[in-house]
Amino acid sequence: MKIELKDNIKRRNRTNGRFRYFIIAGAAVTVIPIFLIVGNLALKGYRQINIAFFTEPAPDTFQAMTAASSGEVIPGGIANGLTGSLLMVLAASLLAIPLGLMTGIYLYENREKRYAGIIRSLTEILQGVPSIILGIIAYIWVVKNITRGYSALAGSVALTIMMLPLIIRSTEETMLMIPTTIREAAFALGVPYYKMIYKILIPVSFSGLATGVLLALSRILGETAPLMLTALGSPAISFDITKPVSAVPLLIWDFYNDPNMVNLVWSASLFLMVFVLSMNLLSRRIASKRKYI
Amino acid sequence: MNGDRVTKALLFISSLIILLLSAGIVLSLTGGAIPAFKEYGLGFITSTVWNPTSGSEEYGAMPFIAGTVITSVLALIICIPMAFSTSLFIAEYYRGTRTAGILRSLVDLLAGIPSIVYGFWGFYALRPLLIRTGLTDQGFGVFTASLVLAIMIVPYATSLSTEIISMVPAELKEAAFSLGATRREVIFSVVIPSARSGIVASFILALGRALGETMAVTMLIGNANLIPKGLFSPGNTMASVIANQFGEADGLKMSALIAIGLLLFLITALVNAAGKLIIKRFA
Amino acid sequence: MSDTLNSEPVIKIENLFIAYEPGRYAVNDVSAVIKRNSITAIMGPSGCGKSTLLRALNRLHELYPDIETKGEILLDGQSIFSMSVIDLRRKVGMVFQRPNPFPNMTIYENVVAGFSLNDIRLKKSQRDEIVENALKSVTLWDEVKEFLYRKGTFLSGGQQQRLCVARAIAFNPEVLLLDEPTSSLDPIATSKIEDLLVELKKQYTIVLVTHNMSQAARISDESMFMYLGELVEAGRTETLFTNPKDTRTEAYLTGKFG
Repeated sequence: MKIELKDNIKRRNRTNGRFRYFIIAGAAVTVIPIFLIVGNLALKGYRQINIAFFTEPAPDTFQAMTAASSGEVIPGGIANGLTGSLLMVLAASLLAIPLGLMTGIYLYENREKRYAGIIRSLTEILQGVPSIILGIIAYIWVVKNITRGYSALAGSVALTIMMLPLIIRSTEETMLMIPTTIREAAFALGVPYYKMIYKILIPVSFSGLATGVLLALSRILGETAPLMLTALGSPAISFDITKPVSAVPLLIWDFYNDPNMVNLVWSASLFLMVFVLSMNLLSRRIASKRKYI
Repeated sequence: MNGDRVTKALLFISSLIILLLSAGIVLSLTGGAIPAFKEYGLGFITSTVWNPTSGSEEYGAMPFIAGTVITSVLALIICIPMAFSTSLFIAEYYRGTRTAGILRSLVDLLAGIPSIVYGFWGFYALRPLLIRTGLTDQGFGVFTASLVLAIMIVPYATSLSTEIISMVPAELKEAAFSLGATRREVIFSVVIPSARSGIVASFILALGRALGETMAVTMLIGNANLIPKGLFSPGNTMASVIANQFGEADGLKMSALIAIGLLLFLITALVNAAGKLIIKRFA
Repeated sequence: MSDTLNSEPVIKIENLFIAYEPGRYAVNDVSAVIKRNSITAIMGPSGCGKSTLLRALNRLHELYPDIETKGEILLDGQSIFSMSVIDLRRKVGMVFQRPNPFPNMTIYENVVAGFSLNDIRLKKSQRDEIVENALKSVTLWDEVKEFLYRKGTFLSGGQQQRLCVARAIAFNPEVLLLDEPTSSLDPIATSKIEDLLVELKKQYTIVLVTHNMSQAARISDESMFMYLGELVEAGRTETLFTNPKDTRTEAYLTGKFG
């Protein structure tokens, strides 16, 4: 059986090499935006970052205009956004973390049941719902019917709905990684069911759960769209949950719409991005140091 | 024993929350949308009129549906070569090396950047570049929005693809190598066919993500309530018209916006479900 | 078995060193000779380096990027490190421990996979001939001739493995390498493969890594015993088994360690 061989080896090796370059180039192009974005933000944003940035509320457009025209640092900062974000995230966490944890544990403990499968599918669907839609929902439920007006509560509700599926999924996944022998050992020692959950299941999976919570938090900290329909924004530093309140991303949006505030946008964006990315990195560090077998 | 029953009950009750939430969302959206559908019928979906002037109000969802679909699909097309080469880099060519690890972390970072920051960066840094190329004079439009959207969904497409590709059994690849295939040939004849459904699913899921993206698109698409005429023309998407106009809307207009929200919800849910189904069935 | 004029060396291994990490040699100064049209068995306990050595023969070990290789391997007098690796792998085929037919290809396509992967266009008649000959050589033809266009995954383990052998010999290589080819098969399938190898050695030179001493005793002409990366002893199988020269060989053969 004669087979013509030699001729195509060189061509194939060449195609092989060329494809490899294509892959490397593609991968390089993919990461270029990170450097561009981070670089741009760092360069243009550092100037506005000072103590006042964190302690003073946002300036009004007039102050900004005068500062901008004389080339000075704009007075004021994002304090009202910081407090607003803090308020809403806290409220959302208070609701979402316990609920999410319990639902996640429920799914883990009742894995085979059809009902659990339905809940799991619904959770996945919920996770994919665009955040702006959750803003509509929170508007209908809270702004129209509960607080009769924009409020931090409405914002929290939207954020809670966003956090829930993330926490539920990470809880279930974390628990699935615990070897069944630990549970069996606990039962063999006569530990009652509810004690097993909060004395063994949760502590053992703690770092995984913490990772999930941190990731959920970093996700909602950067969200703007739902807050536009619920918390609206406010120039005051307030902790009243029934009134409109600002948030860091909302401030960025306000600044963006005002050409005088450009410098502040860079700084606020830089701050937000650094904060969110740090939380991401933190959760990754915790995840890699996990100790359970 | 009592503690057990209480605990089990508590756990069960908390799971009900998901049921209630899901039902509530569907009900509220539908309820809010009904006035619009009653007024315009199903033609609302295909109508391209968007006229909020009181006295002759008329609303239609088509411009926004078109805008959403066009930007998302275009974003996916732009994203595919990037995600593809990155996953092959990490899972095949430089598998296990530190460079691959760094690349992976960098791509994950892309996912952590908030949407509004993307929009803002696109506005101040990307637009001038595009204006310089002369393809567009204001820089707003379908292309700009899709480009930024593509960057945003790359991490989602990449992470799942990478996982699927690295699960192709080593022995299959070794068999191909032992028959004399080059690395590229092994990838195209063995790795990709094995991982095909997973890769497709990851792109569908990335598409689902793009469909719901609001802030970055709002800031870059030009907010023109009509079907975009060309690649560099302005348009609008379902998510961004809601974000822009919901605040001062009421009555029929609000109902129209909620109806658009309902449509967006349905489209996103369908696309995501399709992606998950493919994974479950074939990968 | 018989030593006729055809026992000239096909492969010569000269002072081969292979290290996965610097300083830790998986193959430590091995020199050996593989004779034409014979079955050579490489035996030894786990981790002795026999698989690494086998994979060096078709340079598959190079898939690990950090690997360090020193020494020489000659195929028909030519260094395998200086020839194109694609060329080498057409002359030296391999069958793996677990049967691995390509799941996205039909049985027919699997047999000619070597050609299609190498981008070699053949006329349908040529391909048909190759498929029939290869499958007949592995005694699989009658069992699968009705199912050539189905994917191979419905076949039993033994049949799949024979398919993999067919795939490897469709190329008409000189040497066939087998890495513990029967360790995942049941006894009946195993003996079918063993009979097949004895038949195939008339046409090809066979190198077999095996964990199973009795298999080596049953079908191999020459044997090599490796331990901790070194080639402890090599020679005619009968001689090695009945009269081992090294105490380690003897200990292994009598089951003192596995």
